[in-house]
Amino acid sequence: MTLLAGLTRPAEAARYTVIIQDMAFGKAPASLQVGDTIVWQNKDILEHSATARSGGFDIDLKPGKKGEVTLKRAGQLEVFCRYHPTMTLKLVVAKGSSK
Amino acid sequence: MFPRSTFVFAAILMLTPFAALAQDAKPNDAQIAHIAYTAGALDIAAGKQAIAKTSDPKVKSFAEEMVRDHQAVNDKALALVKKLNVTPADNPTSQSLTKAAEAKRAELNKLSGAQFDRAYIENEVAYHKTVNGALKDTLIPDAQNAELKTLLQQGLTLFTAHQKHAEEIAQSMAR
Repeated sequence: MTLLAGLTRPAEAARYTVIIQDMAFGKAPASLQVGDTIVWQNKDILEHSATARSGGFDIDLKPGKKGEVTLKRAGQLEVFCRYHPTMTLKLVVAKGSSK
Repeated sequence: MFPRSTFVFAAILMLTPFAALAQDAKPNDAQIAHIAYTAGALDIAAGKQAIAKTSDPKVKSFAEEMVRDHQAVNDKALALVKKLNVTPADNPTSQSLTKAAEAKRAELNKLSGAQFDRAYIENEVAYHKTVNGALKDTLIPDAQNAELKTLLQQGLTLFTAHQKHAEEIAQSMAR
């Protein structure tokens, strides 16, 4: 539900947190770039995963735990939960300039 | 606290295990915990039956989701009642839920293939609808302990997602 922006210095890699709660991914960070890191925080009492549909990453998230992924490729990608396939999130990753 | 006749009536009906709750009976926390735990355990049993019988990967992964999630919530519930020093109390609603689920399991056991898959998923839709309705209208409002109430609310959110998932699978199954 909540998006917590981490470092936001424009030319550097940023860290964002996406909260997973109530069987749903929180809002996708708005201006993602290659090199940015997303911290996935599972606030549910169930196990979830943040899994890229096209491969690339597959983070297992035990209840109450965090996991992170650094974005390596530009483009649109769909993230879903392996355990609850109705949970999905679309990310748009820009190429990034002076990383 | 529990009008006996209401429960007996519900037990006889069995089609509507929550009928007793829908009337004027107010279960206490020990009974609410027992009902919620039983409802979860019954769906775990249904999921295990489906895992053993189905050959549809979608149905299998749904059943695995049910077993995993309901087990996780029930583990939380057990830890909570232990912490609160509450002993879940068996009651006619738990008993009629169990009887109805056992009858359904026996009925499903006679089916196979796509017939089983459809009947299992349709029952999952109906079962989650019933349990979620009971949580929302009776068990959550009647729960006295705040932590129990919170856990039931979390359960309702999770099980509502289960219901949605089951409905999606039901719709995707060709008639």
